[in-house]
Parts: sequence; C-alpha cells; structure tokens
Amino acid sequence: MRRRTTWMVPIAVVGLMLAACGGGGGAGGDTTAAADTTCELDQTDGNLNLYNWSDYIDPELVTAFEEQYGVEVVESFYESNEAMLAQIQSGVSYDLIVPSDYMVSIMIEEELLLPLQKDAIPNIANLAPEFTDPPYDPGLRYSVAYQWGTTGLGVNLEAVGDAFVESWALVFDPELTQNFPGGVSLLDDPRETMGAALKYLGYSLNDTDLDHLAEARDVIRAAKPYIATFDSDQYDEALVNGEVSVSHGYSGDLLAAIWDAENPDAYTYVIPEEGGTLWVDNMAIPADAEHPCTAHTFVNFMLDGENGAALTNWTYYASPNAAAEPHILPEILEDPTIYPSDEIRQRLEIIADTGDYEINFTDYFAQAKS
Amino acid sequence: MGDASPEAAAAKAEAMRGFLISLPSYLYLVLFFAVPFVIVLVYSFASRSSTGRTVLGDWNLVSYKRLFDPLVAQIAFRSLWLALATTLLCLVVAYPFAYFIATRTPRVRNALLILVMIPFWSNFLVRTYAWRVLLGSDGPVSQITQVLGLGETRLLFTVWAILIGLVYGFLPFMVLPLYAAIERMDWSLVEAARDLYASGWTAFRKVTWPLTTPGVIAGSILVFIPALGAYVTPAILGGARTVLLGDYIVDQFLAARNWPYGSALSVALMTVMLFATFVYFRAGGRNL
Amino acid sequence: MERLLAANAWAVFAFFYLPILVLIVLSFNENRNVNIWTGFSTRWYGEILDNADVLRALRNSLVVAGVSTVCSTALGTAAALAVERFRFRGRRLFDGLLYLPIIIPDVTMAVMMLLFFVQALDLVNGLLGTRLNLGLATISLSHIAFNISFVAVVVRARLGQLDPAIEEAAADLYAGRWQVFRRVTLPLILPGVLGGALLALTLSLDDVVITSFVSGPGSTTLPVYVFGLVRRGVTPLINAVSTVMLLGSMLLVGLSLMVQRRPATLGGGNR
Repeated sequence: MRRRTTWMVPIAVVGLMLAACGGGGGAGGDTTAAADTTCELDQTDGNLNLYNWSDYIDPELVTAFEEQYGVEVVESFYESNEAMLAQIQSGVSYDLIVPSDYMVSIMIEEELLLPLQKDAIPNIANLAPEFTDPPYDPGLRYSVAYQWGTTGLGVNLEAVGDAFVESWALVFDPELTQNFPGGVSLLDDPRETMGAALKYLGYSLNDTDLDHLAEARDVIRAAKPYIATFDSDQYDEALVNGEVSVSHGYSGDLLAAIWDAENPDAYTYVIPEEGGTLWVDNMAIPADAEHPCTAHTFVNFMLDGENGAALTNWTYYASPNAAAEPHILPEILEDPTIYPSDEIRQRLEIIADTGDYEINFTDYFAQAKS
Repeated sequence: MGDASPEAAAAKAEAMRGFLISLPSYLYLVLFFAVPFVIVLVYSFASRSSTGRTVLGDWNLVSYKRLFDPLVAQIAFRSLWLALATTLLCLVVAYPFAYFIATRTPRVRNALLILVMIPFWSNFLVRTYAWRVLLGSDGPVSQITQVLGLGETRLLFTVWAILIGLVYGFLPFMVLPLYAAIERMDWSLVEAARDLYASGWTAFRKVTWPLTTPGVIAGSILVFIPALGAYVTPAILGGARTVLLGDYIVDQFLAARNWPYGSALSVALMTVMLFATFVYFRAGGRNL
Repeated sequence: MERLLAANAWAVFAFFYLPILVLIVLSFNENRNVNIWTGFSTRWYGEILDNADVLRALRNSLVVAGVSTVCSTALGTAAALAVERFRFRGRRLFDGLLYLPIIIPDVTMAVMMLLFFVQALDLVNGLLGTRLNLGLATISLSHIAFNISFVAVVVRARLGQLDPAIEEAAADLYAGRWQVFRRVTLPLILPGVLGGALLALTLSLDDVVITSFVSGPGSTTLPVYVFGLVRRGVTPLINAVSTVMLLGSMLLVGLSLMVQRRPATLGGGNR
C-alpha cells in the first residue's frame, strides 16, 4: 500500500504529460458543424452566448433582440483581448465575440474565426466605406466593425496654456513637460505607447525597423522624469482631478471624463498632428460557435441603422454604421473629437499585427521603463 | 510484516492514519495542481510561433537561456527589495496588532478578527481607487503638509504609494497566522519569564517571540511570496514606471503571447522560492 | 504597554477602514466617473437592482466564494494536520506540493488551469457523452486548488505551537482518535481554521485572472466584470454594491455576536 502511494504521483504526472502533449497540438483541430452550416437571413439556432467587454452594449438592445427573435442572450464579460483569445484558443465555445482590430488579424491567422455568410447579413451594406476593407481583415471576411475611436491626448488647458502645439511633444519633450504640474500620463501598453513615440519620430505605428524602435525607446527614456505614470485605466480621472496635466488615452474615456468634469471647458482632447491610433472593436463569430446562425442574425440586427444609433447613443463611441447617422444624437455626431474631420482621419493608423516582430515592442517597452 | 513489534505496528498504523488524512487534499492537489502544472513544465521547453501560438514538438532551451538577460535580474532584484520591505513592514505593524486582538475576550477576539477582513470583501479595484484619492495631491497627507506650509505632497505614483498599497493588501495575511499563533501561547510561561527576567523586553525576546515563530514564519511566507508577484497595486498606485516581476510575467503570457518564456520564468521563480521557503523553515525551526 | 498596544490597534483599524470610508463616500457620487466628485446622489443604490449583469456577477461571486471557502477549509485543515502531526511516506513531497499554489504566479496558474480543464472536459465529455463546459464549477475547483494551501499555512501556524502532549493526554482519556480530534484538537485549532477560512473567502472574492481564464458562458464573476469595464469606466455603482456587501457582512457579524452573548446551549431548543 505504502509503496504504491509513492509511485502513484509520478505515474499520474507522466500520464498527464502525455495527455497534455497529445492534446495541446490539437487545439482548434476538432471540426465542428459551424463551418458547414448555412445560415439564412433572420435564422436562429439557439441562445446566443455573447462574450463582450463589460457594459459595452445597451441592455435594452439585448432585450429587443431577445424579444424579436425569441432567443436568450447569455452575456459573459472579459477584461482583455488576450484573456478572450486564450479562452477561444482553448476551445471554450462562445457564439459572438468583440475583439479589437489587431486581435482580429491574430485570430484569423490562428483560424479561430468563422467566415461570415454575407447573405445572412444584408445590413453589412450599411457600413461606412472606410470600414468595408480594413487592413486587419481585408474584405470583411471574418469581422464587422462594432464601435471605433481614436487614441490621443487629453490636455489640461490651464496647465499647458491655450497656444499649445497639438503634438506628441506634449508628452515626449522634456523641455515642455517639465513645466506641467503633476507631469503626464502614458498608456501602459507596448503597442500604443511605443507607437506614439514612433509617430513622434515620424515613423509608422507599424514600423518594423529595430533602429527606429530603439530611437522610440530612447524618446520614452528621456521623457521619463516627467512621466508620472504608465496607466491604461485611470488616466481619464487623473487628468480631470488635476493629478496630471496631459493624459495619453482612448477617446471615449477621456471625452466622458472631460464632459463629467466640473469645468469641462478647462480640458480638451486632441489627436496629435503627427497622427495617432484609430482603433476598431469588431463583431466576429468563433469557428467553434455552437449557434452560428443566431450569431449572424445578431450581427445583422446590430448593423441595422436604428440599432447601431442606439448603441452609439448609449456608449458615446463612434459608430461605423453610415445608416445609423440620422438617428445618432447631434451632440455626438457633431463632436469633432468623436467624429474627427476627414483631414484628421488621414493621419490615423490602425495597429497591425507584426508577427514575430511583436515581441520587440514588449521588450523595448520594458527597457524604456527600466 | 507479521513479526513486527507492537510499537512498530502502532507506528505503522499511525503513519497510515496520517496518510489517510492527507489523502483527499493530496489527491486534490495532484489532480488539480500537479497535473496541470506539467503543462507549464512542458510549455517552458516549447517555442513560440510567429502568431504567438505555442509550438509543441520543437523542444528547446531558448526560454531558459533568456532568463540570463540582465534585464531579468534587474527586475527580479527590484521586486525582491519591494517584497522584503512589504513583509518587514507588515510584520512590524501586525505583530502588536495581532497581540492586542489575541489578548481580548474570546467573543471580542472573533469580532475584531472579522472586522479586519471585512474591508477586503469590497471590490479590489474600487478599494484601490479609494487609495488613489487618499494618496493624491488633494489627499489627507497632502492637506497636512500644505497646512504645515511644506507644500503639496503627492505620494501617488511613488514607491511609497506602492509600499502603502502592498502593506494594506497583505496585512491580513500577516495578522491571521500571527493571531492564530499568539492566541494559543502559554501565558504562564510568559509570567514565569517576567518573574525571572527584569525587563518585559527580555521576556518578550526570550519567550514570547520564540513561542510565536510558527506564526511569524507562516505570515512572512503568505506576505512575501504574493508580494513578489504583485502587479495590479503597483501599477495603479505606483504608476507602473518600473517593471516588476509580476507584470513582466503577465506581459509574457498576455501582451507578448510568449507562453514558453512565461512558463520558463514561472518555473524558475517557483524553484527558487520553494527552495528559499524550505531554507527559511529550517532556519525558523532551529530558533524554536 | 497595554495603552500602546491599544493605540496601535486603533491606528491599524483606521488604516484598514480609511479607504473603505472613501469608497463609501464615493458610492454617493452622482458622477458617472467614480473618482470625479461632482455632487451627492443615491441614484447608484437604486440602479443596483436594475443592473442584471452586475447582480448575476455578484451572485456568481458569492456562489464560488462560498463553495470554495467551505471545501478548501476542510481540505486545507486536513492537509495541515497530516503534515504537522504525522510521519508518512510521501509527506515531504506533499509538503512541497502544498506550497506551490502560493508560489505560482497567478497568470501562470490561469493559463495552466484553462489548458487542463479544456483537456479534462474533452476527455470526460468523450467518455460519458456529456456536454460539460467551463463555468462556475471549474472556477470553484481552481479557487479550491489555491485556497487549500493558504488555509493549510494558517492552520499549521496554529498547530505548530500546540503541545502534542495535550492531544496525547486526551488520547489516554478518550477512546477514539476521532473523538480526540473533535473534542480536543479541533477546538484548539479553531482560531487557525477560522483565520484560514477568512483568508480563503477573501482571496476567492478578489481573484480576477484565474477566474477569467477558467470561466465559461454566463459565469462572469464580479471582479472580472469590474475589470472588464475598461471601455466605459468604473461607475459608483460598483462602490454601491461593495458598500451593500460591507454593511451586509457587518450586520451578520453583529447578529452572530448577539447570538453568542446568550448562554450557549447547543440544541437547547427555542431561544
């Protein structure tokens, strides 16, 4: 008995090691019915397992969908694209996910997404032209834009002065930032922040020259004495509470905070003249989806003009849906920070996945911070 | 087997009993920890594909070689320092606190103990946000220094904010085992010591402290190890201006999607820590 | 000396409750942004009951915390007892194994648990023809796995300086080992067990990374939900929920104190 117990552990371990090896390679290998199913317009094949960011859809839209199609929407929430990827990659079954742009291209390469059946999504015609052929998913074979926004700078006008330059120098030039009370806040995100430094230097966000990346790293290093924090989370409040003078962050958060501030006129959101990031969150159906037809129907539902407008009126993020514009609140539609002018849009870039090179962004960012 | 003496048989039965008592948790940990852990071991020898998928089959030591990058040592050293400071501070604050609780009446004791934990049943993120308010340039500390004419003091985004945040978060981990140890102390020994030695301090050093070392050891382990891997508190309160071990590992798994390297880092960290824990225990055991 | 101790204790309690005070005050912030104070309002308390997502997340959290606390306390106490009181083959291995869940970085544990459960469920579903998916069960199993160790460490601290002679004396008096455990050992280690349980409960209520990796459709817990609010920001609603939970636990503690005040006659019928 005793002898057997001592042996039990190694045997179990070796057994599972084999299981892990055998199984790990097969991830995503099991073919499900989803790939062969043909979905008709408005067809449903069960409840919708929706996997989304928290608080990113108007609950009334969910209820409307449930009532219109007689299905239930089971909502689950994730806290990062990467946590969502890990789940989908491992084969956890959801019917609809909302990945950001770069994550869509990763998931396409990993064959984790189901090709969309356009016949079941006639409302895809409602998309504004610039969203019909995005670099991360040419021809919209796997994804449809959900909401979009920009990355830029929230600025405290009192601290910076009215005649400030709309440039990344506001966070990267120590000559400027040393005078800013509280310093500045940058996103704690290798791609966004190294990207901003690359833009400041005049390169593309998706530049893959290591020398350029080293330059960008040195820009951040030189600016570091006046960088109060690397923060992807509370930068908006930090700006409005006066902790920092300039905040690098996402348009929606910064704008909401500025509007909610006691003196909204004291702050503004700018997209630096060197250009910034355009980010797009997208609807996509995982290859393993159990209810792909309900998912198609949901995508079509969300692309309806009025529903798309309802979403934007609730989230205050810009809609990629051209048919929605007549129904969007004028104060959102006319806000140049939510819907930037064409001239500004020209300067925006979408972050692309750089494959093997990706690791350099993380490494150089870590070096910049050390 | 049959010719064993009664003592040997009794010892054997005793060993059997111990084994049976450990069996449920033993099996549980083997099935739900050791076996999954094999995956980490296996992954640490794998390689990363260009899309970030882990390629099994092409086994190599690349990830382990990367551990010798000077950046890793730098990050580890910084985290080590922070975790040590947190542990010491927690011990200094928690010991008299646990002593106080343990010397109340039993009814009050339990209530106080639960009162220690209740703050931690609120949501972690909003709790940490509250600290941002307290440590910010309008917080109470800053107000005091302004009244004193010393100007604004912003602790937020400094290493002090990280320390305060970590001590706050891990203090209960120190209080609970210390309380459990002190509460059980044989007070007659302390009294005897007070009779023998002149000062209370000597009595404490020679009797109370040695008697409570199991609690000190347990508390230090429960604070030091998690503090070494902490990353959310340092990021929100300290401003993430330096990379710590915790976020370095998280970044490997999530941002860089380099699971082999993340696994290798974890395996190395765990080996070092397990070894250190046993050494620490040995040292603690000798003091007893 | 006693005065100093008391002063220190109140200072520590102030330290514990200062941020909680801020948290409660902010729950009455009318602003959508929790950290931007613009005025007093009780609207967020009214919205708790309307927010189905938050309520479901809260319910999931409480279920997971309850189940994992009870199971890990039982398993962890047994584990502590075994390593501290008995000598058996495999004890050293078990001892080491017992520390690993504390040492492992949580993201590493998250990844390995996810890979493991997916494999295991595949296997189980293949063998039994079931359609089990990740969810509250896998979250609870993972929480138990790390909580066993934390409970065991706290209980061991207690057992470590308990004189085995007491138990031996009891063993001479009573007949069975079980009785010794129930009548002598358990009451003696109870403060340690309670401490371990409180720790387990707290860890379970706070875990984000492991939980988000091993959750399935519909099983989002409150911390994961809150961390997922990156797109639209954390609102004072979360503070309001936390405040309600805090008041609820305070009330429970108060009630249990009142019950304890009565002369305890277990099974003594009414009142």
